[in-house]
Amino acid sequence: MAGIIETPGQQHPWLVIQPVTPAEAEGELLVSQEPLSFWGGYDALTGEIIDRRHPLSGQCALGKVLALPFTRGSSTTTAVLLEAVRRGTAPAALLSTGVDTFFALASLAAEELYGRPIPVFALAPQDFARLESGRRVRLHPQGRLEFL
Amino acid sequence: MLEGLHGPAARMAMRMLVRMAHIWGARELLDISQAHIDSTIYIGEATLEYAERLAQLGARVRVPTTLNVSGVDEHHWQEWATPAGWAHNAARQMAAYQGMGCQPTWTCAPYQVAPRPRLGEQIAWGESSAIVFANSVLGARTERYPDLLDICCAITGRAPAAGLHLEHRRAGQILLVLQDIPASLQQSDSFYPVLGFILGRLALDRIPVLDGFSIKPGEDQLKALGAAAASSGGVALYHIVGTTPEAPDRQAAFQGNLPQKIYPVTLEDLRQSWRALNAADGEDLDLVVLGSPHFSLAEFQRLAPLLHGKQRHPSTRFLVTSSRAVVHLAEKAGLLEDLRSFGGQITVDTCILAAPMLPPEIRRLMTNSGKFAYYSPGLLGTQVVYGSLEECVLSAQAGRVARQEAVWQG
Repeated sequence: MAGIIETPGQQHPWLVIQPVTPAEAEGELLVSQEPLSFWGGYDALTGEIIDRRHPLSGQCALGKVLALPFTRGSSTTTAVLLEAVRRGTAPAALLSTGVDTFFALASLAAEELYGRPIPVFALAPQDFARLESGRRVRLHPQGRLEFL
Repeated sequence: MLEGLHGPAARMAMRMLVRMAHIWGARELLDISQAHIDSTIYIGEATLEYAERLAQLGARVRVPTTLNVSGVDEHHWQEWATPAGWAHNAARQMAAYQGMGCQPTWTCAPYQVAPRPRLGEQIAWGESSAIVFANSVLGARTERYPDLLDICCAITGRAPAAGLHLEHRRAGQILLVLQDIPASLQQSDSFYPVLGFILGRLALDRIPVLDGFSIKPGEDQLKALGAAAASSGGVALYHIVGTTPEAPDRQAAFQGNLPQKIYPVTLEDLRQSWRALNAADGEDLDLVVLGSPHFSLAEFQRLAPLLHGKQRHPSTRFLVTSSRAVVHLAEKAGLLEDLRSFGGQITVDTCILAAPMLPPEIRRLMTNSGKFAYYSPGLLGTQVVYGSLEECVLSAQAGRVARQEAVWQG
């Protein structure tokens, strides 16, 4: 099932999403169609995107729902995300097209070490394409993205 | 292991591995013969806490395991600007992994210093440039293991039966065909990072097949190609028709399937990619740096005669990053004397990207490495100039960018 669903009697439209390491989260979307390596791409001190070749360069993802098609490059992406969780500079949640195993692993390690998994969800490509930076969303662990 | 019969560390490692196997969609785990651990890279206290948690729980690796670069050159960090607190923590993280029974190789190029996995061998490697080398050049089978999970595979000796571990998931998906690229350019080392940058950009997370070569690239050229493609994209396996072991011909590279898409690669595409690797608005250089992935013995052999009887410019530092084992061999072979009299330095165990070793006055650097060129602007905030090995040496002498290969300017 794909596409935005509007249910009569419900206030907000929503999308079906696939829970990967699910937990409830809410925040403003920060979206790019271009993949990112968090090593060399995400500053764990501040949450800023620092890959100067990336469209989100200079944006801060701290507390946002960060949507990237997938991670590229360095296998240290997971370590950078774990450090961001420890410092409180991680995104509120991570969305990708298809399951991104680096996001999933970072979330599992954050749960093991700090008891704070990162909510991670996967979207169908055509749904991912509907996401826009700046929209506020709520993510439900059962697999629902609600546009607020 | 999940029940804790092999101790609490194996239990934690297996718990994470099993959860990841489910996420990967793997139905079972398979045995691995060796592992390479990228979790050695010190990012901050989180990576140290993770390593020390496993060590305190009594973690021991069950298969031969090599270690990637760490966050510090253990014995020479004072020559550079690495803060003492960082060096101390990074060294603690090194000790934690070494204590688990891993080999202290401290290199991103384990295939230069340890027994190589054979064609078809199941392994679990971290480090994007090593992963792509193992899969593509050696034909061994590893998924793209992220930091923190690679050590779980080493501790359990197991990996999810998924992705690139499986024969049918190794088939080529897209085809890149070189269009009339002169053989002289294909022979040049500077061709490979530039091509790799395109490869990563086009392939993203698909498996690319390259065809149209009129020469057979050498091992260090393949190393450079893969490292650049694993930086600009998520490439963990590529095939080159007639060169890499799983691609004796196009049919074999695609396992009988048709390419999803075919991309011609022209000289103009390559020139664009070359320009993208250059991100500097001036010519004066503070540093020339070689060795990502770590400099090989063959590269030291090429470098020494280029440096012979010459000296670097006083305001341009010259650095080679490599492993202890390769530097030891280069020393024995008498390849370091010219480097020293040139005024060059060597860093082992780490590199400029993994350790905060560069002082702030280094604002513009030049390199022959696609990986250094790709990551330096974001990780270090420096400007970067890309050039061939010969151009790097000429530039270090001149103190400013010197060009030799006219073909890129076109």
